[in-house]
Amino acid sequence: MTKVKVKKYGSYWERNEKSGGYLLKKDIGNFIFKICRFVLLFGMCFLILQPILNKISVSFMEQQDLYNPIVISIPLHFTGENYQLAAKIMKYGEGLKNSAIISLTIAILQTAMCTLVGYGFARFNFPLKKFWFGCVFALIIIPPQAFSSSLFLHFSNFDILGIFKAVKGTTLNLRGSAIPYYLMSFTCMGLKNGLYIYLVRQFFRNIPVDLEEAAYVDGCGMLKTFVRIMLPEAKPIITSCFLFSLVWQWTDGFYSKLFIGGKVLVSTSLASIVDALGVYIARETGASNAQVGVSTQYSNAILSTGTILIVFPILVVYLFAQKAFVESISSTGIKM
Amino acid sequence: MKKQKNKLAGLQRRKAFAGYLFISPFIIGFLVFMIKPMFESFYMSFSEVQVGPGFVNKTLNGVKNYYDILRINPDYVPKLTDELWRMIIYSLGIIVFSLFVSLILNQEFKCRGLVRAIFFLPVIMSSGVILGLESNNSLMAEIAKTVETTTSNVSITAVLQTILKTTGVGTKAFEIVFEIIDNIYDVAVASGIQIIIFLSGLQTISSSMYEAADIEGCTKWESFWKITFPMVSSLFLVNWVYTIVDFCMRSDNEVMKVIDKEMIQLLHYGTASAMSWLYFGIVTLFVAVTSFFISKGVYYYD
Repeated sequence: MTKVKVKKYGSYWERNEKSGGYLLKKDIGNFIFKICRFVLLFGMCFLILQPILNKISVSFMEQQDLYNPIVISIPLHFTGENYQLAAKIMKYGEGLKNSAIISLTIAILQTAMCTLVGYGFARFNFPLKKFWFGCVFALIIIPPQAFSSSLFLHFSNFDILGIFKAVKGTTLNLRGSAIPYYLMSFTCMGLKNGLYIYLVRQFFRNIPVDLEEAAYVDGCGMLKTFVRIMLPEAKPIITSCFLFSLVWQWTDGFYSKLFIGGKVLVSTSLASIVDALGVYIARETGASNAQVGVSTQYSNAILSTGTILIVFPILVVYLFAQKAFVESISSTGIKM
Repeated sequence: MKKQKNKLAGLQRRKAFAGYLFISPFIIGFLVFMIKPMFESFYMSFSEVQVGPGFVNKTLNGVKNYYDILRINPDYVPKLTDELWRMIIYSLGIIVFSLFVSLILNQEFKCRGLVRAIFFLPVIMSSGVILGLESNNSLMAEIAKTVETTTSNVSITAVLQTILKTTGVGTKAFEIVFEIIDNIYDVAVASGIQIIIFLSGLQTISSSMYEAADIEGCTKWESFWKITFPMVSSLFLVNWVYTIVDFCMRSDNEVMKVIDKEMIQLLHYGTASAMSWLYFGIVTLFVAVTSFFISKGVYYYD
């Protein structure tokens, strides 16, 4: 087989001659293009990964390495002390537990509700549907920060139709607890929930209607059809919505600060780790707060360590579920 | 029309009812946690708010809050203009960057999955609090400064900048480009989702189109502008809106910090509401106007 081919086309140079130098030119062009592309992609990937790698290397350095100009990326005195200190300052164990519980429950709740609503938008025709879908867009577009001041007040003095005021005399202050946020998640008003509704709706629209119609004809109810037939179909989008809300909730600062301020969460404690470090060192050395200046290098090292600590669980999730994250968005075929 | 609606047959009516049941959580949430707070904060922006344990007093005082933030508050206006300017520049940069990257990632090469995973990584890693710590950290800035002063060699971009500036052609445009390039990390980090959206659009273009164009003697450059660009043009709109919204929600947003300070530390709810209404009013207007113009240019294949 191969012999025939060689006889037919001749060697590379013969073919090149026959084509008048076109083949060689094209191949060289392709080769240069490939090298350029490799360099470009490598550079950009490095750009994205470098801060993470840098944080990892800094987090293992002893304090003297941080001030040493010769030490750049590989620590001379390898140590795990930064991790101990950062975990202590952040109350990592407690924060991890709280964050895990809150993120998991919130993610489950949000995914469930958004799937329901998204399915409702994708499959049913009802009056004012366009209007309500416009509201979903409004939810995506208007950031919650725009009216955070009144949400803040709303939950500081929480009341349902004046019931609590009548019974207890004062309104409830729900700001320290996570209840308001659960309520918001239950009604699809959590972090980026508009986006999840939109994604789920896009996904369901791509599934053929025949399946459902067959179920209806066979006497299956609306809810039963949804649970038994459509939900198994929608597994990919549900997992990715769940993962997104899990991960974004994990690092979220806005809602955590607004509502769940009372509890120790990894996200909020990371945000204040530098201040906490100053307080901690002041307490240890017995000096007053103003006198102690923590060096920028050292607080940076602790900050990096804290970031690694908070990012690590997410990274593990991402490594295992990378496809679910990326493919969900491309599979739904977003359009406008 | 009305008659037809009344005549909705049994199944249709039941379906409409079921549909409302399905989306009812959203409707309730939207009314209670969105419309109501929005109106409240709108009202608050025009009033003096006093808060104590268990009570909230709101007294209307006209446009005083707006007057205060625009004429008296020293932080708000400069930060607002800075942030809006930054938003426009970055959004443009992100759109161009993500289209470029998605064009590359759409080609066949080894480790494509890995590269795609890396580009998507910031969506997960640099979200929420982490982003704010990374890019707007005074400590980091200080370290960068010391690095700059200790290293004697000048950066390549700075040299290029001086060369191009002396030629004096379109200095302002160059400055924008340089700002984007200097902060390419911020741009790359913020464009994970946009890359995936563009990529999904590129994958729906059938290869027969390119083949046909190729046979007709179309160069790669021409087929990019004549085929690829129109085919993904509808995604520009999606990405543009997403980018701007994402930018407003970033935790390192300076305007948001001013608002937070006003609200949580100083308890000036009235002014805080006025600030956020002004900011998001401008942003929404900007999104509306720009997406109107973009949607004029969008080409729909089907």
